[in-house]
Amino acid sequence: MITFKNVSKRYPNGYIALNNINLSINVGEMVFLTGHSGAGKSTLLKSIAAIERPTSGIITISGQNIAQLKSSAIPFLRRKIGIVFQDHKLLFDRSIFDNILLPLQISNFDTQTAASRVRAALDKVGLLKKEKAMPITLSGGERQRLCIARAIVHRPAILIADEPTGNLDIAYARDIMAMFTSFNQVGVTVIISTHDASLLENTQHRILSLAQGSLLA
Amino acid sequence: MIRVWLAQHWFVFMATFKRLLATPITSLLSVIIMGVALSVPVSIYVLVENLQAIANERNSPQMSIFLRNDAKQADVDRIRQDLEQNPQIIELEFVTKDVALQQLLEKSELPDIAMNLPRNPLPDAFVITLNENALENLKQLQEDLKGKPEIKYVQFDSAWIERFSALLELGHSIILMITMISSIAIIAVMFNTIRLQIATKHDEIEISKLIGATDSFIRRPFLYFGALQGLAAGAIAWLIVLLLIHLINEQLIVFLRFYEMEFLLGSLSTENGLSLLFFSTWLGWLGARLSVSNHLWRIEPQ
Ligand SMILES: Nc1ncnc2c1ncn2[C@@H]1O[C@H](COP(=O)(O)OP(=O)(O)O)[C@@H](O)[C@H]1O
Ligand SMILES: [Mg+2]
Repeated sequence: MITFKNVSKRYPNGYIALNNINLSINVGEMVFLTGHSGAGKSTLLKSIAAIERPTSGIITISGQNIAQLKSSAIPFLRRKIGIVFQDHKLLFDRSIFDNILLPLQISNFDTQTAASRVRAALDKVGLLKKEKAMPITLSGGERQRLCIARAIVHRPAILIADEPTGNLDIAYARDIMAMFTSFNQVGVTVIISTHDASLLENTQHRILSLAQGSLLA
Repeated sequence: MIRVWLAQHWFVFMATFKRLLATPITSLLSVIIMGVALSVPVSIYVLVENLQAIANERNSPQMSIFLRNDAKQADVDRIRQDLEQNPQIIELEFVTKDVALQQLLEKSELPDIAMNLPRNPLPDAFVITLNENALENLKQLQEDLKGKPEIKYVQFDSAWIERFSALLELGHSIILMITMISSIAIIAVMFNTIRLQIATKHDEIEISKLIGATDSFIRRPFLYFGALQGLAAGAIAWLIVLLLIHLINEQLIVFLRFYEMEFLLGSLSTENGLSLLFFSTWLGWLGARLSVSNHLWRIEPQ
């Protein structure tokens, strides 16, 4: 379970991006985070993985206080989480295969297990035939799927996706949403942010709305 | 577990090696700079070693130890025992004051005066011959002996040896200083090389941190890179010294032929060469380590 208790984040320039957030997300739940651009969605998601640290308040994952984590413990927190970054964070100087391999190398997987896991992840997002290609040759939608493959390859319990449908046309976006739903169905806690309300019209999942750093009731 | 760990290190090692080969000119240049810097103290060291060997071949160093006039037989025996136990001393001769006076009388041009002395003014003495290795710490031995109450005076039998010993000491401290300067140069080159690499690997480092890489995982390839370059620099320094000694020897053969002499300089021993490689590897690693801890924390993922 992920909980936020009175969490606020003020950036060094004085801007308050999160203002007294209280929420909890159950294990195996799928939730959406909506709000206009600048509402604080990315800040909230990053604070779950301790990429941004809150100025005050408590964030817990399975009871562990993230805000108080020693910096040497942060890598191990991040290995439990898969993140699809809003700005992709792909490595353009290495192949698709090697991009997805990175989380496994970091976690000291042996080469054979790692290779079979990379292929399994590529298969799930439908990029198996492109493992040797370079990211630069991929379309926008394919790049997004590459990001998703990298986020799930180490089989995290929590999957965070920051505007994964950002610049995609509606058919592609639905495709990707279906992918996240299928991950959720096998027990992964999924948190997705989007500023595109039309995607959420007939969802059964919980929606959290952010506006100017505050959660709307 | 160990196997996985080894495989991981091997993987990083190979990746580092490939990276070295990917930028051959840059890598080669910094390795050459470091190798040349390191070859200077090593060359001087080899030359000093050779000088020492030459000196040892010509003269075994000798020392006279004069005892106090009031030294008793017991004192003499104690000193003799001490000297016999010293592994640096290969020959020990006791010259009594009577023998010494006898010798003086034989040589002297004024036997009458010597004859008419009221009593023998000469002390008993030991004349010792030292082995080759003793040359390096001659001064220390002299101080030790002087410290004994029964001993009045210690003298090198040739002023030349004393001066040479002082010269060797000077040589060694010059080598030490130049080694330190070269080491600083190598660390500085490595520091800069790694700084540039970190700059070009900025994205990779940031992303690795974002998805859970520990600091040691991120540091590892840079440290390997530093160590490998250091090792290569040591090898180049060794080659330079071999080449230098070879060239000098060629000249020596031609030169000494006129005097119908034959003499060749010895090169760096394998043992010392391996120490050199070990030292240069460590220096490269250290430079990389300093650079990494200086630059890596600046890359904080956003
Ligand atoms: N590093 C930063 N320093 C200062 N202000 C920031 C920083 N990151 C984000 N902000 C500001 O915080 C607010 C929320 O940003 P963000 O969480 O990215 O919103 P969203 O993802 O909903 O668009 C924005 O107004 C943004 O300008
Ligand atoms: Mg955002």
